This record gives sequence, C-alpha cells and structure tokens, in this order.
Amino acid sequence: MRTAQNLIVENDDAAVLLRRVPTRGEVMAEIVTQLASFRTDESYVIRGGTVITKDLVIDSLAVMDMIMELEDRFDVSIPMNVVAEIQTVDELAETILKLTARR
Amino acid sequence: MGLFDRHAGLLDAYRDVRTTGADPFQIRMERVLSPTEAIINGKKCLTVGTNNYFGLTFDPSCMEAAIEAIRAEGTGTTGSRIANGSYSEHVALEREIAEFYGKKHCMVFTTGYQANLGVISTLVGAEDFLLIDADSHASIYDACKQTQAEVVRFKHNDPSSLDARLRRIGDKPGNRLVVLEGIYSMLGDSAPLKEFVDVCKKYGAYVLVDEAHALGALGEHGRGLCEAAGVLDDCHFIVGTFSKTLGAIGGYCVSNDPDFDILRVTTRAYMFTASLPPSIVASVRQALRVVKARPELRKQLWDNVHTLYDGLVAQGFKLGPEYGPVVGVHLPDRMTAIGFWRAMLDAGIYVNVAVPPATPNGVSLLRCSLCAVHTKEQLEHVIEVMTGIGRQMGVLAPKLKVVGSGR
Repeated sequence: MRTAQNLIVENDDAAVLLRRVPTRGEVMAEIVTQLASFRTDESYVIRGGTVITKDLVIDSLAVMDMIMELEDRFDVSIPMNVVAEIQTVDELAETILKLTARR
Repeated sequence: MGLFDRHAGLLDAYRDVRTTGADPFQIRMERVLSPTEAIINGKKCLTVGTNNYFGLTFDPSCMEAAIEAIRAEGTGTTGSRIANGSYSEHVALEREIAEFYGKKHCMVFTTGYQANLGVISTLVGAEDFLLIDADSHASIYDACKQTQAEVVRFKHNDPSSLDARLRRIGDKPGNRLVVLEGIYSMLGDSAPLKEFVDVCKKYGAYVLVDEAHALGALGEHGRGLCEAAGVLDDCHFIVGTFSKTLGAIGGYCVSNDPDFDILRVTTRAYMFTASLPPSIVASVRQALRVVKARPELRKQLWDNVHTLYDGLVAQGFKLGPEYGPVVGVHLPDRMTAIGFWRAMLDAGIYVNVAVPPATPNGVSLLRCSLCAVHTKEQLEHVIEVMTGIGRQMGVLAPKLKVVGSGR
C-alpha cells in the first residue's frame, strides 16, 4: 500500500519536471495529443479554432478527464467553472498559459 | 429551435436503447413481493439491483413502526421544518444517528440527494476550494454548480492526484473541502480513505465522506468506511442516506462542529422542502436499531458479495476492482449492455444497467447489488444465467470443447 510519505515524494518529482513555464507551442502540442483519439477521422487536423465538443466526438465528462491530464502535465488546476467556459483549443491553451504564468 | 432540440443526442441514444424492446429506464415493478422478488412483465423475477443491502424494506418491526406512526401522527408533515416545525420524532432520529456515529450533531434531509446538495453547496462559498473525486455521484456534481467556491476534480481514488491539487492552491486564503465516497455506486469500489485523510491533514483540508452505500455494509458496527478505515474522528462531515440499507428514504449529515446547526437556516435544500413524514422517520429509527442489533446481516451480505463476485470472476466476467455490495459487470458497449440486461430480465432476473453518460470513463455496466437475504441458491442461479447469456452474446469465450480430429 502506498503511504502518504511516498505520495509526497512522487509529487515533488513531478513538480521538478513541471516547474518551467511552457511555451505556447508545447501547450498546443500536448492538447492536440490528448484530443487526437477524439477526431471523427484521422485526416482531421486539430487547430486553434477547433471547437472541442462540436468538431470532435467527445462528451463533457471526457473533456473534464482530458483536462485532468493536462492539469498534471503543466502542474496547474483549471476550476470546473472555467472549464465550462472553454470552447476552442485556443481558449484551452490560453487558460493553461495564463495559469502557468501565475504559478 | 424547440425546447427539446438540445437533447437531440440523448433522444437518439434513448431510441437505440428502446429498439431492444424493453426500456430499462421505465421498468415497471408490477408488484414487489419481498426484498429479493418482484413481478415484472407478468413474471416473478429475482431482484439483484435494488440497493436493499439488509433487506429491511419488509422487516416486520420496521413496517409495524411505520404503520403505528401513521395512526398516531398522520401521513405527512405538509411543510418544512423551518415553516411547520419539527416533530419530536425528527429530533429523536437526529439524536440517534449522531449517537450512532459518536458525533455531536445531525441534520436529517428529505432525500440523500438533498443532503449532499445542501450541505456541500452551503459549507463552501466564494474564495473557498471544493475538491471532488472525478467519479462523484450526481448529487455532488450538482452541489458544485450551486456554490461559488472554486471546484477542482481529482482522479478517482487517487490520493496523489488530490495532493497535487491541494498543493497547487498554495497559500491562498479560503477553506478547502474534500468530498469522497465510502463506496462508489457504479463499480462498488471504496476510497483509500486513510491515505486521503493523511493528505487532507497535511494541507488542513476538511473531509466530507458520503457513506450512502457503505452504511451498514462497512465497519465493525456498520458505520461505514470511516469506521472501517479507523478515521471517524478525522472525517469532519459524514453524509448518508436512509434509502438503501435502512430501507426507506431520506438523508443526513453528522458533524462535531459546534456551529453545525447554522446549516438549518442557511441550507436551502433543508429549508424549502417538506420534512420526512412520520412513517418514514419511525421505520428508519427502527431500521437503525436492527442494524445495531443484528450484525449477522452484515456478514450475510458479505458472504453473498463473495459468492457473486467470485462466481462471476470464475466464469471470466470483468468486474469492478474490489469486492463490494455493488458488483459492476463490464460489458463492451452500450447496446451489448442493454441487450444483456434485457436477456437477464427475460430469464427472470432484474439487475440495473448503467451506460454513459451516467458512468465513469464511458463504461457500460450491468450493475448488481446484493441483499443480505439473497440465498446462495438464488445467487448461483444468477451466475449460471449470466454465464449462459455471456457465452451466447460472445461476451465470454465459448465453453471449451473436446478437440475433435484434425482438419
């Protein structure tokens, strides 16, 4: 069984990896990776203007799960009410960049 | 644009479901015969999906208590406790639940849904932080919509994911409230509560545990996961329901906080709805006595859990991650789940079917829940029927046959 002590150590490791403020390109690349499996077909190119729940096949719960992955990748938390406002890939990237800058 | 146009996707999905010839969301129990049997579609069916963990819905002492209460105090209270006042039985029930947990205060709600909705949304407000497990019940998600606190989800049953999110809040002012569930209702798994509590202590966060499915089932005295994990004193708020093990309807929250009772005049889900009728209060009080007096029901329940869980695993079914009074059977997709559910019903066994968007990670499940009074024979029959349907539908590999002569 994992103990709280182990958990703290794991988190510190993650924090070292994520301490640097990412570039916009890095954030976009990660979002595109996370969303790739939700494309209607493989030829679809995910762009800044892609409307996440309209242009892709993804429900609101899956969006929230994807957001959790991005949160851990960039070591930020995106509150649920903020998530609800995000429509496009650009808006998601902006939100992450804003939060990482404030960290 | 019509009012219902935005539900087009759901309407399509629902239409698919109904093509199987039976609508699992409008099932009619023509007559309920006992905690484990009902007449459905004119046929006597075994019920294995009712959350009736101790089978107390037909307990003679609980039934008598309810009948007596109706004769003494009538059928309903016709108003909220704020407007119409509390009956002395409401107050007695609250005292008994508080005592059951060894806590100082208890508030009773008209449903478990309202208990979560009301308590969670009122405990935190602007500038506060509410952290919820990703697989939380709808009542917890709905509470999130009613609070001005900043809401963040953490990965299901993952204390390190909660740790990261509490750490990121940093030294911002505001209270932190973490919401967990004793037993999760879809897959029957429990939170690693001790580990979660350690993380909460590290960051000074309050802990609220919803024991809806764990009351009676877990802990030496049936107090739930908080008792089983030895952290009753570390959990600031415990929420639960009367609609499962206690066989009626209603919800509650217990706490040691000296100012807890202020929630009675701030929680809208408590203030603006009618209070529980005398019959319910009476049967719940009696059911709680039965839970305390008959620990063997807990043992019977767990024996049944092991029979069903082990039996289904042995046949090759993919189940939830651990033993629990809820046994979730994974099926590949929504239509297979609905078809399987229908075939079970045709064979005289009622279980629940759970499909997206009501399930975590988009999984499709047959959801079974055990009752202490299910017999071993009944459960072996369930396993046999499920195995037959599983093979027929290709969910399970076909039975190994003796290999014939080579080609």
